[in-house]
Amino acid sequence: VSYLSIDSTVRSWLLTTDHKRIGVLYLFTVSFFLALGGSFALALRVEHLGPGPTVMTAMTYDRLFTLHGVTMVWLFMIPSIPAAFGNFFLPIMIGAKDVAFPRLNLLSYWIYVAGATIVLASLLFGGIDTGWTFYPPYASTSPTAVFWAVLGIFVIGWSTIITGVNFIVTTHAMRARGMRFLDMPLFVWAMYGTSVIQVLATPVLGLALLLTGLDHAFAWGMFDPARGADPLLFQHLFWFYSHPAVYIMILPAMGVVSEIVPTFSHKRPSSYKAIAYSTFGIAFVGFLTWGHHMFVAGMSVVDAGAFGILSMLVAIFSAIKVFNWTWTMKRGAITVKTPLLYVFAFLFLFVFGGMTGVAVATTSLDVHWHDTYFVVAHFHFIMVGGTLTAFLAALHYWFPKMTGRMYPERLGVLSAALVFAGFFLTFFPQFLLGNGGMPRRYYDYPARFQTLHVLSTAGAFVLAIGMVLPVIYLVWSAFHGERAPDNPWGSRSFEWRTQTPPPKHNFLAQPDFKVGAYEYETPLEELP
Amino acid sequence: MNEAHEHFAGLEEQESAARLGLWVFLGSEALLFAGLFMLYAALRVEHPHAFHEGVHHATKTLGSINTGVLLVSSGFVAYAVHAIRQGRRALAVGCTSVTIVLGLVFFAIKITEYAKHWSEGIGPGARGAFFTEHADKALPAFWTLYYTATGLHAVHVLVGITVLAILVLGIVRGKVDERTAYRLECGATYWHLVDLFWIFLWPLFYLA
Repeated sequence: VSYLSIDSTVRSWLLTTDHKRIGVLYLFTVSFFLALGGSFALALRVEHLGPGPTVMTAMTYDRLFTLHGVTMVWLFMIPSIPAAFGNFFLPIMIGAKDVAFPRLNLLSYWIYVAGATIVLASLLFGGIDTGWTFYPPYASTSPTAVFWAVLGIFVIGWSTIITGVNFIVTTHAMRARGMRFLDMPLFVWAMYGTSVIQVLATPVLGLALLLTGLDHAFAWGMFDPARGADPLLFQHLFWFYSHPAVYIMILPAMGVVSEIVPTFSHKRPSSYKAIAYSTFGIAFVGFLTWGHHMFVAGMSVVDAGAFGILSMLVAIFSAIKVFNWTWTMKRGAITVKTPLLYVFAFLFLFVFGGMTGVAVATTSLDVHWHDTYFVVAHFHFIMVGGTLTAFLAALHYWFPKMTGRMYPERLGVLSAALVFAGFFLTFFPQFLLGNGGMPRRYYDYPARFQTLHVLSTAGAFVLAIGMVLPVIYLVWSAFHGERAPDNPWGSRSFEWRTQTPPPKHNFLAQPDFKVGAYEYETPLEELP
Repeated sequence: MNEAHEHFAGLEEQESAARLGLWVFLGSEALLFAGLFMLYAALRVEHPHAFHEGVHHATKTLGSINTGVLLVSSGFVAYAVHAIRQGRRALAVGCTSVTIVLGLVFFAIKITEYAKHWSEGIGPGARGAFFTEHADKALPAFWTLYYTATGLHAVHVLVGITVLAILVLGIVRGKVDERTAYRLECGATYWHLVDLFWIFLWPLFYLA
């Protein structure tokens, strides 16, 4: 009996403590918010079809870009891969029956839903127009519902911390007998690094948002220079979280790629240890780079230089991973399926976005690009081109295991191509716009930018089609798709060694992981 | 009820998981207060005089009594852990209850302190007559931070009291006994952390 068929009442789903079902709940919820955040983005792009007012007022535009950012960052990307796929696969990959604290896991889900509801409720109280960064002094005096938005994000922070604590403890305490850290699948390493960041960075955001909320509701003044305080301190607190937060988004994506590349190359990673340890290089250095968001905020040359160099170190650790993945594919027996196509898209877009990241970490260049579309394009290349493509790769890769059905390969390939083409068309023109001087978050623009803006909008719609397609065919396949075998990809990783879909406690018997997760030298038939 | 949950290999594994989970969470809490300490350091460097004045004005006596109250309370809960490990449940209930009462005393003194400052015209966010009488424009920064930091700490005291109260109930109902003493130990460790934060707040806002 699989975890899906053991009990099918609504109550058994909403109050489940099974990590797999909680993962599925998260998957549905984050996908909903992805669609919502995406719709906001489409509306923004439509507004930019022409200079001046097109379809909405400037105030509506401000609210939409704020809500787009808030939704995508906290309602989609932070929980996306860790909470959905991490919840589902981390315990299976270490041979555990569940996470260490299953009830806290359920609590974490409902806290997330409550927080997200509060964020959306802010719409009823007039929306928010501060941008997702809530910078004071404007956030303190904005006539919009800043208090509700930051309260909602504060609540979601609890969910993030609980999930992080749960995953760290699960990894330490629940591994199958005899499994060392260096036997764990690479996705588990990525989740572990992510969890450390979640636990250490989120409380600092909590403090910054708490003070912002108090400021907005009760004129607290903790960032008001007229009352002896300093608005720059908000930026320091905010980015101390929000920069590591981009590694909360990208490390899980890297974990997904580290699983998919060996599986479809039928080859052991060229260096397991390099991929595993560089995760911690990124997680550690990621805490020392926040100042690069503040180069033009009155930072000394020495500080700016130090933050610039530290930021570039991230590129070194990332490059270690990228070279490893490509080297793993070299001379591999590659099967090109939809998940691997998304990984190809990931590699191209992540390297492209990463290189522009090194560029904006250069202080002299950043002065020119700061707060322009160049930065917008850069972080969308990393976050959408990186996290979103990995999310879609994970969705297709693990879909058979989660649902017991196969997705249609041709439609998968088609939508992967649309996502890649649409994405590139949306954001590549934005590099040119930014370099030409188009500031971010502006409602209006001079007529000479129109061609590039129209191209970007066209790309957004292609991307949207590529995103809607999988929703349709995956929902259809979940019920009517071809039955999936236990190990459709011929992977050696541990989650493929149990039934499809997995039973309630993940393995029918005590799992035996003597053959490692990447031992492609061992023929499939000899797997236990 | 004192058996391990089914997904654990045994009570020992569950115990080490709970302990690790608590310590990781304490690390998270430490970062929350680290943010406050960063604000304090930056603002104090910016306005050394105003912070000196602020500390001078703060209620040294009440703050120091509260330090004593918290330290003694921590001693009692530590002894409660020692007692429950030996299966002396009544003693453990007694000691933990003393800690809870001392926590409430701490909270009451804190409120007295706030009331005193409020009546002096010192509120958060430069509210009150004090700030119109005193010329130094940076004084509100000290007092707003004082209310923020001690207020956030007081919230932690209340949470700690609630946790300890639940654990007392657990001992009475037999859910926490010598085999599951780690549960009380986790609650006590949290209480020690709340205590520890105060050990830092005390010199920053009352002494130096």
